[in-house]
Amino acid sequence: MEKIKQAKLEDKIMTIVFYIVAGFFLILLLVFASYVIIKGFSGATSQMFTFTSKGVLNQLFNTIYLVLLSLLLSCPLGIGAGIYLAEYAKRGKLTETIQICIETLSSLPSIVVGLFGYLAFILMTGMKWNLFAGALAVSILCLPLITTTTFDAVRALPDYYRYGSMGLGATKWQTTYHVLIPSCMPRIVTGIILAAGRGFGEAAALLYTSGMSTDINWSNWNITSPLCPLNPFRPGETLSLHIWASFTEATAANAKDIANLSSAILMILVLMFNITVRIISKRIDERAGGGK
Amino acid sequence: MGDTSNIKFKIQDLNLFYNSFQALKSVNIEIEKNEITSLIGPSGCGKSTFLKTLNRMNDLVEGTKVEGSILMDGIDLYREMDAILLRRRVGMVFQQPNPFPKSVYDNVAYGPRIQGIKKKIELDDIVERSLKQAAIWDELKDRLYKSALGLSGGQQQRLCIARTLAVKPEVILMDEPTSALDPISTTKIEDLIIKLKEHYTIIIVTHNMQQAARVSDKTAFFLLGEAVEFGVTKELFSMPRDKRTEDYITGRFG
Ligand SMILES: Nc1ncnc2c1ncn2[C@@H]1O[C@H](COP(=O)(O)OP(=O)(O)OP(=O)(O)O)[C@@H](O)[C@H]1O
Ligand SMILES: [Mg+2]
Repeated sequence: MEKIKQAKLEDKIMTIVFYIVAGFFLILLLVFASYVIIKGFSGATSQMFTFTSKGVLNQLFNTIYLVLLSLLLSCPLGIGAGIYLAEYAKRGKLTETIQICIETLSSLPSIVVGLFGYLAFILMTGMKWNLFAGALAVSILCLPLITTTTFDAVRALPDYYRYGSMGLGATKWQTTYHVLIPSCMPRIVTGIILAAGRGFGEAAALLYTSGMSTDINWSNWNITSPLCPLNPFRPGETLSLHIWASFTEATAANAKDIANLSSAILMILVLMFNITVRIISKRIDERAGGGK
Repeated sequence: MGDTSNIKFKIQDLNLFYNSFQALKSVNIEIEKNEITSLIGPSGCGKSTFLKTLNRMNDLVEGTKVEGSILMDGIDLYREMDAILLRRRVGMVFQQPNPFPKSVYDNVAYGPRIQGIKKKIELDDIVERSLKQAAIWDELKDRLYKSALGLSGGQQQRLCIARTLAVKPEVILMDEPTSALDPISTTKIEDLIIKLKEHYTIIIVTHNMQQAARVSDKTAFFLLGEAVEFGVTKELFSMPRDKRTEDYITGRFG
């Protein structure tokens, strides 16, 4: 009887400990986020909220555009590769080797990826800095992340889902598409969020790919023009790069304030992105009846 | 080849290997239409393996090799039939209730949908009919759009039976369908199985000899991969011909 009492006590203590740890992280996030946001906005001037070379909104647009581009490239490829490795590839030497390669890829320092991107997407193509090259470089960083999370998510599904579906006369692809993928959608989405997070925050990989300047004209909608905002083959500085550049090279007197505001906006962007994607994925999940 | 004979499955000299391990040894059995056949025997004797040859679920296990032949309505399952099409005709219910993490409705509609049925009215009709057939319509008609994972184990299993019925199979294979369930759910499912016999050929694996005696017309006793004895259930239980069968049903081993 003593043992049970002690076990219950331990249980209570551990529960409290976990609450404290969770609370600590929540407070840390809140304090950190509000510090960055308040500090950013307190030094801001109205000029900074413009789509001009003195404002940061062009950089905000570039960031979103670049992340979208790189997700567009890396999601289909990464999710496809993850599913292939988990469901279709025969377990053996080749598959193992591919997995090791992917894991190695995921631990590449981003500056190395940046230099590779510079060599492959700028020097070898003979183009100038451009957003698309930056998106490619970021994709190299996102790809292993999305592939491994998808792989783990699909592999973790119980075999009886597969048998249940195949037993009804479904093909392997029908089973994968209609049962397996929907069943692990939330985990795949988590992978996408992590990947997007890398894109939002990336600076080193973009230094020599997407470049450090932005020269766009919001009334120019000719997509082939280097001044058109939507032209992916134009230089495009992102918010993270802008923070870095403002701190190190900028000559403007209020460069620090610009950097702070950029940080604040980046912070809000990431938070909003995470929350939106979570809500969407939950909706999908509920509509499918996956929730309890 | 007319459809006059009453034989659904004619299994001839069936051997099955998992790599080098022989799990079925020269099995010869004939299974009749609209009968319930139960498979009994100690753990590891090959009941599930045998059951899975009938809808070729063994194909999914790497390293299996099948020798001999299984004729369904006179046609060789392994040589003359497509596995996907076969599984639409020979449905399966598993030991562990395994609904998909979808709504009740989507679970039952899954089979028809993958066969290309898209019309809402048609699907509604199939879902209602299948759930009624599985004797669970009254319990679930108000929660069709709730997740199937929230149901009790017994309800989940009857839902899985409904899901199988929805593809209108000719044969239903059941691998210990009640072993994870309480006595009341078990009774419900046994009643259901007996009722389904009218339209389907049913083959059920069970560890429960009373269950085999209660529901089945014929019984096969397996031991170490061999079908030791096969016959009318009443006779097999009251006067087994083989000494090993007798030992098993009187509880002297296994
Ligand atoms: N995928 C597999 N690979 C290798 N051997 C297997 C595999 N599946 C089953 N076996 C072996 O084949 C034999 C028969 O297995 P099976 O699952 O058919 O037995 P069972 O009669 O259904 O047993 P239980 O009553 O415990 O379910 C066992 O010895 C088992 O270890
Ligand atoms: Mg078994």
